[in-house]
Amino acid sequence: MGVEGIGARVVRKEDKRFITGKGRYVDDIKLTGMTYAHFIRSPHAHAKVRKIDSSAALKMPGVVAVLTGQQIVDDKVGNLICGWAITSKDGSPMKMGAWPAMAPETVRFVGQAVAVVIAESKNLARDAAEAVVVDYEELPAVADVHAAIKSGAPQLHPEAPGNQVYDWVIGDEGAVNAAFAKAANVVKLDVTNNRLAPNAMEPRAAIADYDAAEEHFTLYTTSQNPHVARLVLSAFYNIAPEHKLRVIAPDVGGGFGSKIFIYPEEMVALWASKKVGRPVKWTGDRTEAFLTDAHGRDHVTHAEMAFDANNKITGFKVKTYANFGAYMSLFSSSVPTYLYATLLSGQYNIPAIHAEVIGVYTNTTPVDAYRGAGRPEASYLIERLMETAARQLKVDPAELRRSNFITQFPHQTPVIMAYDTGDFNASLDAAMKAIDYAGFPARKAKAKADGKLRGIGVSCYIEACGIAPSKAVGSLGAGVGLWESAEVRVNPVGTIEILTGSHSHGQGHETTFCQLVAERLGVPISQVSIVHGDTDKVQFGMGTYGSRSAAVGLTAILKAMEKMESKAKKIAAHALEASEADIVIENGEFKVTGTDKAIALPMVALAAYTAHNLPDGMEPGLKESAFYDPTNFTFPAGTYICELEVDSGTGKTSFVNFVAADDFGRLINPMIVEGQVHGGLVQGIGQALLEHAIYDANGQPVTASFMDYAMPRADDVPSFNLSHTTTLCPGNPLGIKGCGEAGAIGASAAVINAITDAIGKNNLEMPATPDRVWRTIHAA
Amino acid sequence: MYQTTYHRASSVDEAVSLFGKSSEAKFLAGGQTLLPVMKQRLASPSDVIDLGKIKELQGVELSGDTLTIKAATTYYDIMTNADVKKAIPAIAHLTSVLGDPAVRYRGTIGGSIANNDPAADFPAALLALGATVKTNKRSIAAEDFFQGLFTTALEDGELITAVSFPVPAKAGYEKMRHPASRFALTGVFVAQTKSGEVRVAATGASQSGVMRVPVIEAALKANWSPAAVDGVSISANGLLADIHGTAEYRANLIKVMAQRAVSAAG
Ligand SMILES: Cc1cc2nc3c(=O)[nH]c(=O)nc-3n(C[C@H](O)[C@H](O)[C@H](O)COP(=O)(O)OP(=O)(O)OC[C@H]3O[C@@H](n4cnc5c(N)ncnc54)[C@H](O)[C@@H]3O)c2cc1C
Repeated sequence: MGVEGIGARVVRKEDKRFITGKGRYVDDIKLTGMTYAHFIRSPHAHAKVRKIDSSAALKMPGVVAVLTGQQIVDDKVGNLICGWAITSKDGSPMKMGAWPAMAPETVRFVGQAVAVVIAESKNLARDAAEAVVVDYEELPAVADVHAAIKSGAPQLHPEAPGNQVYDWVIGDEGAVNAAFAKAANVVKLDVTNNRLAPNAMEPRAAIADYDAAEEHFTLYTTSQNPHVARLVLSAFYNIAPEHKLRVIAPDVGGGFGSKIFIYPEEMVALWASKKVGRPVKWTGDRTEAFLTDAHGRDHVTHAEMAFDANNKITGFKVKTYANFGAYMSLFSSSVPTYLYATLLSGQYNIPAIHAEVIGVYTNTTPVDAYRGAGRPEASYLIERLMETAARQLKVDPAELRRSNFITQFPHQTPVIMAYDTGDFNASLDAAMKAIDYAGFPARKAKAKADGKLRGIGVSCYIEACGIAPSKAVGSLGAGVGLWESAEVRVNPVGTIEILTGSHSHGQGHETTFCQLVAERLGVPISQVSIVHGDTDKVQFGMGTYGSRSAAVGLTAILKAMEKMESKAKKIAAHALEASEADIVIENGEFKVTGTDKAIALPMVALAAYTAHNLPDGMEPGLKESAFYDPTNFTFPAGTYICELEVDSGTGKTSFVNFVAADDFGRLINPMIVEGQVHGGLVQGIGQALLEHAIYDANGQPVTASFMDYAMPRADDVPSFNLSHTTTLCPGNPLGIKGCGEAGAIGASAAVINAITDAIGKNNLEMPATPDRVWRTIHAA
Repeated sequence: MYQTTYHRASSVDEAVSLFGKSSEAKFLAGGQTLLPVMKQRLASPSDVIDLGKIKELQGVELSGDTLTIKAATTYYDIMTNADVKKAIPAIAHLTSVLGDPAVRYRGTIGGSIANNDPAADFPAALLALGATVKTNKRSIAAEDFFQGLFTTALEDGELITAVSFPVPAKAGYEKMRHPASRFALTGVFVAQTKSGEVRVAATGASQSGVMRVPVIEAALKANWSPAAVDGVSISANGLLADIHGTAEYRANLIKVMAQRAVSAAG
């Protein structure tokens, strides 16, 4: 490893621009003749749109157009799609309620757009929007999953009777029933996985620019996957053929999944730009983000686990109701099914698992993938259940886990996933040691003497990342392949450009991806630049989500590098009159091994481009590309242990210690990995203690601003104690598993397990607000 | 934000006269409440009269047993003021747990009490300490000044110039922060005057805004100690209830915060 190679704690290249305010986000871009869009959104959770009167607005200063849902439908812009087909247990396809980009007839959640004003400035657009009169006929609404599936509940979509999207099952029900029939003990638990609003720092934004002469669109947008956006806009929404649509995702300020999806606002901006013949910009505000960014989680689950007399798990059955909101967002259908139920084996040997997942429409904001997507819900359920089991069976929670750990790899679970490698004992041991687990009873006793309630909570998570082997996901209903692409361009002077289909929106790719190049060629990372986020520059790629950019994206770069290096070695061997097999690459030079003969990379590059003296038959140039499709998911895993105190007077939780021992396979940049873990842990703790997107019974959002929706802040979280226990992933050449989501997946259960340990009562829902904890402590 | 006309006043008289000449004016102090409301288009003053540069509205004076804080003094300046820390450290503490640094650098005591948010911190201090609100026209006892949610005794165009606090024998403030906004989910200010009177005010708790808590006052009058409040029972009737705290929880917090405030007061 060089000073900037794999494993080095290199300072992030991109941070200079971000911390000096030089980042270039969509809202920073101004085009000549640009107009501004302001959406008119439904204040009702469910209503018929009787009439839209825009006559007064059209007479107002600076108004260019007022466009409605009926017009976008008339112009045959396609309805929004859901890209993963799920089949119910009766063999029927999932029930898709039609979702036009603006509602022509019926609105089904507060914030759904019915019309848009295009004007010369943002303020003028907003002024005019207030003069547009929308006549709604309110309909009864339903926000809660259980209420939505009751007979007589308000119905959202004619396509989905009973508001049911699907009733999906996985696993062997007969085997599970047999295990329960023989069980020595059965442990039961009901849990709610609270709905979250993603809250990326940068709100969503889009600028659409239609060029009538070329019949060509350019879309600047806040996207985690610009090529997927282009594909969907072309293939399904009839905006323009792919070669007539360029999608650019410049600097993007956080996504957490919420910027994977193609949203109505982008579709409307493109369509409107052609209609008004000028560029159209829309920048969402925070309220719009709360109302329209896809939310996360929102499960209600009943689970039962069977144990034999030796406390070994023999069976696991799960029934989950997943609240999808009013419409099926782009990848929503896969989240509570293939991204959730396939992880229900956790770190444990469980011979039989059966899960049923019922997807439900409600009059709320659509729900889709949010950091972890399905895996936090699975991990939380299993780890709450293991803790509950330990309390019920009166055994140490860490030891109950240990005695059920999978220790042989590869391991085929009963729910599709085949874990390739891991060492669950190692991470449990590391975490127990870091927190001095053995010393806890004494600390608890001392705290008690001081009048404090102290608790400890363990969470052993596993996740499936490196999303994903295309053939496997295709067989499960995915509408896309999940490979990644890369191109390596060595310029004639020897500097290097890496074009990647991954997209960085905070992850630090501009640094880590360069580190691979530095590792292989021994050149400084200042000689390398990363190009991403523009469909005109970069070959088709799949983008960033599911902790895939290192495991899949970086592997694609490695494959392209190998091809480039192989050609460069041929050129070097030719120039040095040596055998290609004797060429090694060191410190930016191609050397003949065992001699002092060498040629520097810039000279090889120059030779490739001058082409004056290349080996016979060789094409000029030094540029290679690769597509990499993984053969399996990767399986990051680890143990989080949290120690905390609860103030019995107020119910407030304060952390004493929080340790994380993760196995992410190989780390490219440990500092960036730590940052990812910190952020993930804070999101997991946020879910456990603070965050909850709440609707009243009529579907009115109660938490549509930061005055009500509690985001975690620095003083809400402890300083983290991180460590790594590494098993290399055998599925990719770099041995990488991925680290982007782990913290958010594993943290919540550790926190709730610790609070329930402290207060001595097992039933406590997230978020464990002081009020809720206080009431639980003092409940009879 | 809607169109508005901005004025920067250089004296109280000028501010009041500008106010009188406008159709629907608003005074602007720290802007921590007014500006967000204007940005959300929930307020549309024709004219905004900035008080920030008026010298006579800035600063703190300690004279004998009276601490006077001028209306446009920021929370940060109050928090770091030596006289405040010496005379009524509970006020310095209250200011240090108010909002976040950005809010503390801009927000003012005058803006806070003129706004009278039911979860604001300063109203509890004024009520418990028996402060007097000085305006360009008159002096108003804290008792009479706060008149329910977002309602005060101020008349249209009346400008707060200062608040004067009698220096107490003992005082303490404890606050359970609202998890999202950091306002008071419930905050309790306890004070023992130099004449031995005990006054306790709670904010964030009641549906009708800041309030005195007579049962706790009686208990503390008999015995100034946290334990004295143990047996007190606070009714949840009339208390606020929302997603962050039930009325019963707030009733509990009134008691617990009062006890902790007494401990802090010493
Ligand atoms: C994120 C955030 C967190 C906050 N947290 C807290 C908290 O924890 N505790 C808390 O108490 N508050 C909190 N606040 C509110 C903050 O204290 C405000 O500063 C305060 O409510 C208003 O003071 P201001 O100086 O900003 O007044 P402005 O916003 O400028 O004005 C508010 C109102 O008072 C009127 N006004 C201002 N000065 C005078 C005057 N001298 N005479 C007559 N009328 C006047 C204005 O016309 C306006 O109607 C928070 C605010 C924010 C944005």
